[in-house]
Amino acid sequence: MEGPPPVSEELLYSEPEEELRTAVADLLADRAPWASVLARTESAEPYDAELWKALGTGIGAAGLLIPESLGGAGASLREAAVVAEELGKAVAPVPFLGNLTATALLLAVHDAGNGTAAAADELLRRIAAGEQTVAVAIPFTRSPDTTYKGRVSVTPWPPREDPHEARVTGRVTSVADALPADVLLVPADGSIYVVQASDAKRTAVTSLDMTRVLCDIEYDDTPAMLLTTRYGALQSALLSAAAILASEQLGLAERCLATTVEYVKTRHQFGRAVGSYQGLKHRLAQLWVQIAQARAVARHAVSATGEEQAIAVAVAQAHCSAVAVQAAEECVQMHGGIGFTWEHPAHLYLKRAKSTSLALGAPSRHRRRLAELVDLPAS
Amino acid sequence: MPPLITQHDLENRVQDFLAAHDPRTTSKQDFLRARFDAGLAWLHYPEGLGGLGLPRDLQPVAEKAFAAAGAPDNDPRRIGIGLGMAAPTILAFGSDEQKQRWLRPLWCGEEVWCQLFSEPGAGSDLAALATRAVRDSEGEGDSADWIVNGQKVWTSMAHEARWAILVTRTDPDVPKHQGMTYFVLDMTAPGVEVRPLRQLTGEAEFNEVFLTDVRIPDSQRLGAVGEGWKVAQTTLMNERVAIGGGSSPRESGMIGVLAQRWRDNPGVRDAALHDRLMILWVAAEAARLTAMRLSAQLAAGQPGPEGSAAKYAFATLNQQISGLELELLGEEGLRYDDWTMRRPDTVDFVGRSPGYRYLRAKGNSIEGGTSEILLNIIAERVLGLPGEIRADKDVAWKDLPR
Ligand SMILES: Cc1cc2nc3c(=O)[nH]c(=O)nc-3n(C[C@H](O)[C@H](O)[C@H](O)COP(=O)(O)OP(=O)(O)OC[C@H]3O[C@@H](n4cnc5c(N)ncnc54)[C@H](O)[C@@H]3O)c2cc1C
Repeated sequence: MEGPPPVSEELLYSEPEEELRTAVADLLADRAPWASVLARTESAEPYDAELWKALGTGIGAAGLLIPESLGGAGASLREAAVVAEELGKAVAPVPFLGNLTATALLLAVHDAGNGTAAAADELLRRIAAGEQTVAVAIPFTRSPDTTYKGRVSVTPWPPREDPHEARVTGRVTSVADALPADVLLVPADGSIYVVQASDAKRTAVTSLDMTRVLCDIEYDDTPAMLLTTRYGALQSALLSAAAILASEQLGLAERCLATTVEYVKTRHQFGRAVGSYQGLKHRLAQLWVQIAQARAVARHAVSATGEEQAIAVAVAQAHCSAVAVQAAEECVQMHGGIGFTWEHPAHLYLKRAKSTSLALGAPSRHRRRLAELVDLPAS
Repeated sequence: MPPLITQHDLENRVQDFLAAHDPRTTSKQDFLRARFDAGLAWLHYPEGLGGLGLPRDLQPVAEKAFAAAGAPDNDPRRIGIGLGMAAPTILAFGSDEQKQRWLRPLWCGEEVWCQLFSEPGAGSDLAALATRAVRDSEGEGDSADWIVNGQKVWTSMAHEARWAILVTRTDPDVPKHQGMTYFVLDMTAPGVEVRPLRQLTGEAEFNEVFLTDVRIPDSQRLGAVGEGWKVAQTTLMNERVAIGGGSSPRESGMIGVLAQRWRDNPGVRDAALHDRLMILWVAAEAARLTAMRLSAQLAAGQPGPEGSAAKYAFATLNQQISGLELELLGEEGLRYDDWTMRRPDTVDFVGRSPGYRYLRAKGNSIEGGTSEILLNIIAERVLGLPGEIRADKDVAWKDLPR
């Protein structure tokens, strides 16, 4: 089969990307050291609103993808991916991914234009200005290629004249980044609606990932505005989100490896640094190889366009999900007893890694999708 | 540094060259020599030595244009050791005279090279090698010839090679890494004996090489006396990049063969095999993109340690893919194409039978540094983990236990 267009320097990082990385890394080092991330997981506020503000508006991460004409930075997924890498390294409790997914959805509506774009544009402007955080209200496990049916129904709102006004009723579970959101984008009956988050009933669930707390959402005759009937906008947003998630997983894996390498150099048993034992050295080296590959596939996933994007994202999710889990599991194991304690950050990484491997399509789901895309039928 | 020449300029240059040297009317040898002289051979080499000092990632542009015009190639698989290992070492350590003498016929495929490194007692521990080189006592001091005695083993292509890169021991009284010297050996010199060494595939692509009082002029030394280890490191680093790096289209190599078999044979499909196929497909794609990223890094002047990683990943992957291929075949997987002892002049991974691929791939994790050694290298040089416990440090080579 025909290969994709040649990629070369796009697999590397550009200088502006590295500058953005430094800005985010500095902020996180200052505001989100792991001890405070851990402390927050047991507080009433699982998300860090101050940090999100500094990141979202201070550094402009919330409006990265939004065109300059709407107050954003007019950047691409490649820049957003660099932010995601750093957030993954810190398991930072901010709704960056959810906000980005919603932004990508709104941008798809914006790009399609034809009359419905005004509401999307207004939301994009507010996101860029840091006035509102938006989330897409679907289960976090949804993969980009599944048609999401949901259990939310729509009824018109008879007293009003505006054909865009409606009410939604129903329930959606395990939604990511919706707790700190002001606005929800709600897929229902093949269209997408805008709901004020405060009008819906959100219940935080006890999540495996303590740094990205999921919630269940209930609508009961809740006021909603039609955003678009272009349901495809959801698919394209999830594809972008999955591409970005691969970079978050890369960052997480990198941090796990770095932390573990540091530890095995200093921990002595039997009169030697445990990192001098080949049994550990080889596993760490294998992990490094996997991560080097994750970097290449994650970069490709945020650079590819058109038909190639679907392949690149499926490859990245199939690969990076597994690498993140492997890195986090090795991190716990090679820290020994300390790695199994609540005080040590390793578990935050493990919980985030395992959760993200199920998110936006598990690796097996992405492999199945890939099989269709590259013509390798299952039967 | 901005590129000295754009892709477009390069395409024009190749077209001009093709206009002046029509591949249909020019002999293969003349064509290749002219291409070398025009600097269109290995573009990243210096001018005058087959290149134009360009970034490496422009190479595929030239290759594509030449291939499209039906130009002859230099049979890169047959001369892989020359291209991948001898040439970069000569470029880094050779004198002007040596570069002029060896690089052109090497690239043109007129002279095949082999690598005389491994010995029966020195494989992974290459620095333990025992092949002795001593100055001819009749000769003139610092420029006297060298007399070499010893045995090398597992030498690929020695039966075809005109030249060899050779590491020898010149000082047994110092620790092993210090007493080595690197040479280029003329394989036609008296005292060089090549014997086929049959391998588990049935063929003999490698050899044993016996060196008995072989004379090497001092002008064929690469690097200083006693600096052979440093020179050899350059060869080994390039070997790994050559094996694991480079840009290739999706589904090239073994995964392409496997995928095609799957497409062509609905009867072999079952759910468990399908998931394994897709896992390997993803792994192959990840390895391919990593090799591409490595090339881009090299071109951007950021050489990374990914060479060892790429070589390791390639070996692991080839073994898994070729293993799955046999399973897909069922009954046919029990059959082999040919056990006849043959002397191939290339390693033909995709051309021969699945059984051959399965067996030959076992060599991928041994040749050019075993997977275990590569993991040691990554762990120590990249991750900075403590080195292996060494029993041989600070001990003169001659006093090492054997
Ligand atoms: C197909 C093929 C072609 C080859 N072509 C050439 C050639 O052209 N020129 C040439 O010079 N050589 C060639 N070789 C030789 C090759 O480089 C050596 O076989 C290789 O370096 C391994 O050395 P060895 O065979 O002595 O194995 P050994 O070093 O004896 O290793 C035996 C086992 O021990 C493991 N091991 C050794 N040391 C360590 C350690 N420190 N930690 C963990 N594990 C360790 C190895 O990984 C291996 O599994 C070729 C080999 C093959 C298979």
